[in-house]
Amino acid sequence: MAEYERHEYDVIVIGAGGAGLRAAVEASAAGASVGVVCKSLLGKAHTVMAEGGVAASLGNVDERDSWKVHFADTMRGGQYLNDWRMAELHAREAPDRVRELEGWGALFDRTPDGRILQRNFGGHAYPRLAHVGDRTGLEMIRALQDHGIHQGMDVHMEVTVTRLLKDGERVTGAFAYDRERGRFRVFHAGAVIVATGGIGRAFRVTSNSWEYTGDGHTLAYDAGAELMDMEFVQFHPTGMVWPPSVRGILVTEGVRGEGGVLRNSEGRRFLFDEIPEAYRDQTADTEEEGWRYCQGDPEARRPPELLTRDHVARRILAEVAAGRGSPHGGAFLDIAWIKDHVEGGAEHIKRKLPGMHHQFRELAGIDITEEPMEVGPTTHYVMGGVRVDAETQMSTVPGLFAAGECASGLHGANRLGGNSLSDLLVFGRRAGAHAAAFASERGPGSLDMEEVEAEAARLLEPFRRNGGGDGNPHQIQHELQSIMQDKAGIIREADKLGEALDAVRALRRRAQRVPVSGNREYNPGWHTWIDLHNLLTVSEAVIRAAAERTESRGAHTRDDYPGKDPAWGGMNLTARRGADGEMTLERRSIPEMPDELKRIIEEQG
Amino acid sequence: MAEVGFEIWRGDAEEGEFRSYTTEVTEGMVVLDAVHRIQAEDAPDLAVRWNCKAGRCGSCSAEVNGMPRLMCMTRMSDLPTARPIRIEPMKAFPRVRDLVCDVSWNYEAKKRIKPFRPRPPDDADGSWRMQQADVDRVMEFRKCIECFLCQDVCHVLREHGEHERFIGPRHLVHAAALEMHPLDTETRTRELWEEGGIGFCNITKCCTEVCPEGITITDNAIIPLKERVVDDVFDPVRRVLRTLRGGTEEKAP
Repeated sequence: MAEYERHEYDVIVIGAGGAGLRAAVEASAAGASVGVVCKSLLGKAHTVMAEGGVAASLGNVDERDSWKVHFADTMRGGQYLNDWRMAELHAREAPDRVRELEGWGALFDRTPDGRILQRNFGGHAYPRLAHVGDRTGLEMIRALQDHGIHQGMDVHMEVTVTRLLKDGERVTGAFAYDRERGRFRVFHAGAVIVATGGIGRAFRVTSNSWEYTGDGHTLAYDAGAELMDMEFVQFHPTGMVWPPSVRGILVTEGVRGEGGVLRNSEGRRFLFDEIPEAYRDQTADTEEEGWRYCQGDPEARRPPELLTRDHVARRILAEVAAGRGSPHGGAFLDIAWIKDHVEGGAEHIKRKLPGMHHQFRELAGIDITEEPMEVGPTTHYVMGGVRVDAETQMSTVPGLFAAGECASGLHGANRLGGNSLSDLLVFGRRAGAHAAAFASERGPGSLDMEEVEAEAARLLEPFRRNGGGDGNPHQIQHELQSIMQDKAGIIREADKLGEALDAVRALRRRAQRVPVSGNREYNPGWHTWIDLHNLLTVSEAVIRAAAERTESRGAHTRDDYPGKDPAWGGMNLTARRGADGEMTLERRSIPEMPDELKRIIEEQG
Repeated sequence: MAEVGFEIWRGDAEEGEFRSYTTEVTEGMVVLDAVHRIQAEDAPDLAVRWNCKAGRCGSCSAEVNGMPRLMCMTRMSDLPTARPIRIEPMKAFPRVRDLVCDVSWNYEAKKRIKPFRPRPPDDADGSWRMQQADVDRVMEFRKCIECFLCQDVCHVLREHGEHERFIGPRHLVHAAALEMHPLDTETRTRELWEEGGIGFCNITKCCTEVCPEGITITDNAIIPLKERVVDDVFDPVRRVLRTLRGGTEEKAP
């Protein structure tokens, strides 16, 4: 039997973004020994890219706000497919989680009376996003990191987990390799938290970095857990479209919160042309009213640019399809126009959106205080993920917890901007606390060394393939991205989804034959081959669920079923591995909401 | 655009060499795009660290034509292409492979700085009141993306290898962010002098020049910290006061 570097912890956390770090801090505070395992260096996770802010009903800017309004907004945004208990916990606990972060050194922009300033964002009834310029994610991850490193946790950087290890039904460890040497590590733990983020790299145009390959989703699925709501992939309406090398990089919704407007090539604010029924009463009638809203007039209603992300993304695509797009196939996002209407002019824009100013100046040679930006939809976030218990974040597999983007439930069919940063604080903390408690009650469990050996053999097998395979792992990944983008992207239909499923199966067969060259040290080709299993698994889940849901709702749009179907309105879809090894889908009725919560939704309209 | 030549350092911790590559450069490309293209076409095993590709995570630090830069924020159109573009790993840290170096020392050095310790909350709900002007004073320091380019360029680390005795500009910025944080009550001046080696900095301002976030490291962070250190550690009046209050006797620094 081979020797492996072995580590023992009460809790291991896979992923060191906001959710992972928050979970690790909580588990450490509960007295657990904690190992954090992350694919990149500490502090580099995609949370740093979150720009707009963290949603919490502090009520500092508009005191009409409360957890109830936040709850109702989240449910409306999610088209009522959300796990209502998660939405309730999230809305109730987010304010405390934000305040707690200040106690760890995070700094947010202030109101004139010295409290945390909050900004407008799509789908939120009141200014709700605590923020610091447009680098809120960096502020949060740095605060968690700088607090976390003094809590006694170990951090295993540039280490990738490929499989969860089980003792009977229960998860008791993880198998991993380190990027630098390609050596294997075995982690033995009383409980495991996956907090690995999203799946954006399954698509061609994405705001996600190379890390977001659906690892936690797939680790959990392979361990027997259920994935839920995988048909709901959020395409953020405003990604950069030019130059080609930066296509997909995020342009924060904060631009629109500060008064940025979307125009087509004719200069028309096309979003006024179509307002969804559910938001008609809350949307401004005129451009003038929309601008007053952005300036904080409590009587004004929000501009249509701040409608939900799914709607705005589809409307941009429609303008491009109608021949009214920008030169590089997007729409124009103009913040420069507010210069003449605010104190400070261009300096005001730079102060509110320093990251955007820097990003466009450096990468596109554009001064956003002078010119409009060209923007178009980019794959941003997956609402779907591991199905978890609302209170504890434990999956259906004992000892396995999930938090943040790789968990499901809070966001339903569509996530509101700002709700992911609050999600990862609220549910990262819960996952950490309950994982620590689980580990303490149940002890370490045992590891199955046969499972360890089998995983090591699986990972090394492609080095022994001599030719015969078709292409290389990078090519397979690129083909998958094109298939997902073109056939399972923003607008879907049955035929294309069928083709996509066939194509993904064919790619999986190719991945099983493709050889990997070189050795185990820092080998990007081998790493991509390892990632392919995850990407193919989450892609299959997205396609199957998208084909099954014969309606359009939230982020899921079917060309062949353009309307909402009330029968689907009470149903989540889950995917799990069946007895025959194939992915099987199940329809789950959403449990009846308690009267108290129903009343809140009715009161909030 | 055109075919452009590159010389990229290839090797491991022990040995290595510059190898030549050419690749097609098109409009809007940054150096990291070119490296990825070379990786895809000619060098599938070329090791490079990167992440966000938008100048926000600070992973893809390297030296481009001798200048410490983020590869994702260095546009090809800003570089002369008459001669090959030379890319190598940062020099102040041990090499791992190709463009990747071992920056783990930075994480250890940071751990040694005393953490944030806030004053008690101002309001019953656990929140604090702060003015925007007070927050703005440290915002500059909190923009740091931990790319470690300032550490790389600092001669105390780069030329003299004083990693054991000097925490470097990045961590002085971190210390400044804590010391000037409107809520912080901790004092770190003695440690900055004795363990942080702040005296090693002789204000050449190279760190400020390479900072991709435009942080005025020397003027706004290090010099004010040096002043605080002088006040706290060396000021004879304060020293007497401290002794009278029962503080420990100062060692000659």
